[in-house]
Amino acid sequence: MIFPGLLSRLGCVLLLALGLLAGTLMLPRAAFAQGAAPDISAPLAQFTTDKYDDTETALNALAVSGSPAAAGIVAALADGRLFYSPATKQVLIRTAAGGYVDAAGGQPVAEAPPGLKAVRVNNRIRRAVEAASGALALVSPDPAKRLEAAGAVMRARDEAALPALDAALAKEADAKVKSALTLARASILIGKAGVSDADRIAAIETVGEEGNQDALAVLRSVPADAAPAVKAAANAAIDGIEYNLAIWSVGQNVWYGVSLGSVLLLAAIGLAITFGVMGVINMAHGEMVMLGAYTTFVVQELIRTYNPALFDASLLIAIPIAFVFTGLIGILIERTVIRFLYGRALETLLATWGISLILQQAIRTMFGPTNREVGAPSWMSGAFELGQLSITYGRLWIIIFAMLVFVALLATLRLTRIGLEMRAVTQNRRMAASMGIRTNWVDAMTFGLGSGIAGIAGVALSQIDNVSPNLGQSYIIDSFLVVVFGGVGNLWGTLVGAMSLGIANKMLEPYAGAVLGKIALLVIVILFIQKRPRGLFALKGRAIET
Amino acid sequence: MSTATTTPPALLGKSGLVFLAVVLGAAVLVPLLNLLTAPDSALHVPTYVVSLLGKYLTYALLALSVDLIWGYVGILSLGQGAFFALGGYAMGMYLMRQIGPRGVYGDPVLPDFMVFLNWKELPWFWYGFDMFPFAALMVVLAPGILALVFGWFAFRSRVTGVYLSIITQAMTFALLLAFFRNDMGFGGNNGLTDFKDILGFNIQADGTRLTLFVLSAVALALGYVLCRFLVRSHFGKVLIAIRDAETRVRFTGYRAENYKVVAFVVSAMLAGVAGALYVPQVGIINPSEFSPANSIEIIVWVAVGGRGTLIGAALGAVLVNYAKTYFTSGMLAPYWLFMLGGLFVAVTLFLPKGIVGTFYDWRSRRSPAPADLEPADLAPADLAPPDKALPEPKPAE
Amino acid sequence: MSAADTLEPDVPETNDPVLAIAKKDLTEALLYLDGVTVTFDGFRALNALSFTVDPGEMRAIIGPNGAGKTTMMDVITGKTRPDKGDVFFAGGTTDLTKLDETQIATLGIGRKFQKPTVFEMHTVIDNLRLALKGQRGALANIFKRETAAEREKIDEIFQTIKLNEHRDRLGGALSHGQKQWLEIGMLLAQDPKLLLVDEPVAGMTDAETAQTAELLREINANGHSVVVVEHDMTFVRDLGVRVMCLHEGSVLAEGTLDQVSANERVIEVYLGR
Repeated sequence: MIFPGLLSRLGCVLLLALGLLAGTLMLPRAAFAQGAAPDISAPLAQFTTDKYDDTETALNALAVSGSPAAAGIVAALADGRLFYSPATKQVLIRTAAGGYVDAAGGQPVAEAPPGLKAVRVNNRIRRAVEAASGALALVSPDPAKRLEAAGAVMRARDEAALPALDAALAKEADAKVKSALTLARASILIGKAGVSDADRIAAIETVGEEGNQDALAVLRSVPADAAPAVKAAANAAIDGIEYNLAIWSVGQNVWYGVSLGSVLLLAAIGLAITFGVMGVINMAHGEMVMLGAYTTFVVQELIRTYNPALFDASLLIAIPIAFVFTGLIGILIERTVIRFLYGRALETLLATWGISLILQQAIRTMFGPTNREVGAPSWMSGAFELGQLSITYGRLWIIIFAMLVFVALLATLRLTRIGLEMRAVTQNRRMAASMGIRTNWVDAMTFGLGSGIAGIAGVALSQIDNVSPNLGQSYIIDSFLVVVFGGVGNLWGTLVGAMSLGIANKMLEPYAGAVLGKIALLVIVILFIQKRPRGLFALKGRAIET
Repeated sequence: MSTATTTPPALLGKSGLVFLAVVLGAAVLVPLLNLLTAPDSALHVPTYVVSLLGKYLTYALLALSVDLIWGYVGILSLGQGAFFALGGYAMGMYLMRQIGPRGVYGDPVLPDFMVFLNWKELPWFWYGFDMFPFAALMVVLAPGILALVFGWFAFRSRVTGVYLSIITQAMTFALLLAFFRNDMGFGGNNGLTDFKDILGFNIQADGTRLTLFVLSAVALALGYVLCRFLVRSHFGKVLIAIRDAETRVRFTGYRAENYKVVAFVVSAMLAGVAGALYVPQVGIINPSEFSPANSIEIIVWVAVGGRGTLIGAALGAVLVNYAKTYFTSGMLAPYWLFMLGGLFVAVTLFLPKGIVGTFYDWRSRRSPAPADLEPADLAPADLAPPDKALPEPKPAE
Repeated sequence: MSAADTLEPDVPETNDPVLAIAKKDLTEALLYLDGVTVTFDGFRALNALSFTVDPGEMRAIIGPNGAGKTTMMDVITGKTRPDKGDVFFAGGTTDLTKLDETQIATLGIGRKFQKPTVFEMHTVIDNLRLALKGQRGALANIFKRETAAEREKIDEIFQTIKLNEHRDRLGGALSHGQKQWLEIGMLLAQDPKLLLVDEPVAGMTDAETAQTAELLREINANGHSVVVVEHDMTFVRDLGVRVMCLHEGSVLAEGTLDQVSANERVIEVYLGR
């Protein structure tokens, strides 16, 4: 029972993703419900003295003030838009439009006092401005910005940022940001002169726990003349992180593999019906996938024209339309060509190849030879981090979708009347016919089902591949290999076949490169078919020997 | 017709002699029409047409190689283009080495693309290709060895029918990907081109082109005689028996896999020779020759002409390719794929024995005792195994 | 003798007289099956099947559908590997379970299938030429020429199977009965020590059935051992040989046709309770 396990694991991933999302949305409000803005009149007054020392002091004070106005003032200073009136001691910011606003409160000033002077800036002040911007970002109201700033500080490892870090740490309520800040602080301590060995080792441990590439860079920067205990601690931490990273990289490859496997599964599962169940070599299968993708394109175009609000639902709308459309095309092909060729597998192969050429050319004539743009709905874009894994929503949904299609198909074959009739006709056509099953009708329906599923695969694949008339060609060989590898006539075999080929492909890629990996995989499958000509899950017995 | 027929019939029947006469006649007539008629004469054959006809003849030889295994052994290889391309690459490598210092970069040994890739030395597998006899040997050995290894594995483990078709397709696809890589040392995407001369003769010269055409015709004629000899021998009878009832052949004590491997290797070598003659006439060989679609197209030539009739295979190749040239060069170009696709469907549905097979049927209906027609020349009653194709025997009570 | 000692079957001792007949000495038997079991997906097609065939013997095997008759032939001819048990040929000299179909055919075991399988696209005479004992190598057969001896042998077979006037017709054009005879002729051409013949008279007229019985007796008289599987009791009676009844993959009864058809268990199996 691979499937329920997989489903529940996928469910966990999904829940986790939702949890993270909710967490990041809710925390900032809690963290920054902090009462009235602090008073910044003292540092502002120092800007008006026209002394570099005072300006620097003012900047540093502003950086840790926690005032919402501080960031604007520092930015204005950096751009040379901060002015003061020597007469009224007012500090003003010039806006882009040329007007002035009060630096402290942000209210527009109706008439600027005469004799305004710009606050002067030299290199020393510029450095202070930079530090202040960093420090201000550390206390920005947006937790994402704080997190980013903490990361930047960690990478820069600038000792000057320590006071700002300490100030930010004291105020920080968001656990995630707090740990990032702690990490940044530890990174600085590791390289800072005059820190005790004990503190240094503690810092190394803190960084070591983080376990990512940045932490590795920090740990490698431990000075060569550091105490042996410190170096030993650093080396131990480095080994731990490298091991950790290796595990995650295997995990990432498995994830990519599962993702590729689900694409292969989608492409091959319709073929598992037409080839696996009916024994029809449908070389036009890839074109059914292509038609499904073009159906998505047309549906999106119509939605864009008539009701753009529905765009996020375009894929959901396209699925049933693609299923019915490609299913009908499939039934048409079965009734007009394939039914005359049953039992003549090689001729079916040729005729369906001809059909695939016709379908490709028809699409090329109607839509042109170039790629068509199929948009991604908002719920499919973006990504989230899971440990060291980066998981995109698009891929996640395709995996879920592939599994749903698989289950739906399994259920159709196992639980419905038409599924029962399909299996009956496959096993013993004459017997089924004599029991009153309309075998012709069942043939047409089975082929239609296989084609329809190829169509909805096309809806999903339109999200990750170029929608062009050649779309189907790129999947047909892989699809056949998946079905043959898994074992003809066995849906579970197709699932296992798709996943193992997908994962094997992605595991080979880091060593051999994409193309050589693919070649190696083709060779492996060719050799495997030599060894087990009936695939992984072959049926045994006398029935299959004829 | 009793014991008298035990003497083996002549190697070539009447239709075979007609075929040879046409091919060899063309080998004489076409160059004459090119050389002896004025360019504005209605009978004049321009040199580019000679090369085009030469290309068709190499395709006919390729079709013959497919028919040998598909028509007579029932092996539907969807990777025959790979053997053709390997033969072509072997010839292309010889032609590249002949360029010598005349390349764009002027390196005396390294072909241009290697200089471009900053390679300092010739890869080991390019050694020897400056010698024509070695290259000519590789033209048949490279496809032959690949077919031997692949066939030995596949036939020994009894991979048959569509499974075999699918893995041959995977084979040519893998080679396609491999030859696309620059690192492979075969010119990557662009392949091998800009050839200068062959055996010292300028490859663009009219005389060279006429000679290549004549050689193609001779190769086709010899290929036909070889295939005809093979399928008429005891060996060939076993091949046909394998096609129709492989299990029975095994139970009769023949190693069916050995017969298949021999036929597969011969077929691959013929395809290699076809490829080698093709390359100097079209002036380029690139990885697209490995594309699975090309290999499938060869099958339709054979199906159109008549599977299991050697003449039909050759005829089909020339007819389909003539149609392709005709349709893809005019206003009808966008419709060529519709035509080709329709041809696949129509032939399988309405003309399962192809043109020549249908003609033989019609002739044997008119005269019940065919003069020189051996049953082996007929396409099987149906392309399916006989137990499915023929009506169930009725209990004779 | 030493081979016989080590290969002595370890089938449990039985006092069943029928089984006792079936067990014979390994070295005397042409074909020797002992404890052969074949399972397909949990279904036991053969269940510890044991019997022997003597050199020069003709044996008829009867049994209801699914008794394992065809599977037994598959095992002997190397098409199916047994899960358990021994299959020896020619006085215990050859272990058939280690060989494939081609090797077993070359050893001298010929098989006629239940459904007549001749080479449909070859002429009748070419069918026989292909089957004729001789060179089997692929490369050698490219240049093979027919010898006078071979021509004579084929003429001789044509006399036996009475298809002389059909020499140049396609195998596929023959009637059902003619195909059966052609297939028997092909077996003869292989000159096997042992012929396994699966339902040779299915779909034949009474006259053809009688002729086939005559043909098989003649073949047997010429020194070939024959094992015939057949449902047609008239035909089995015509053969007049020892009969063995299979049921659920093992031997139910063995003896003359009268003895076997009088056996209570056989009646039970055939008629049901």
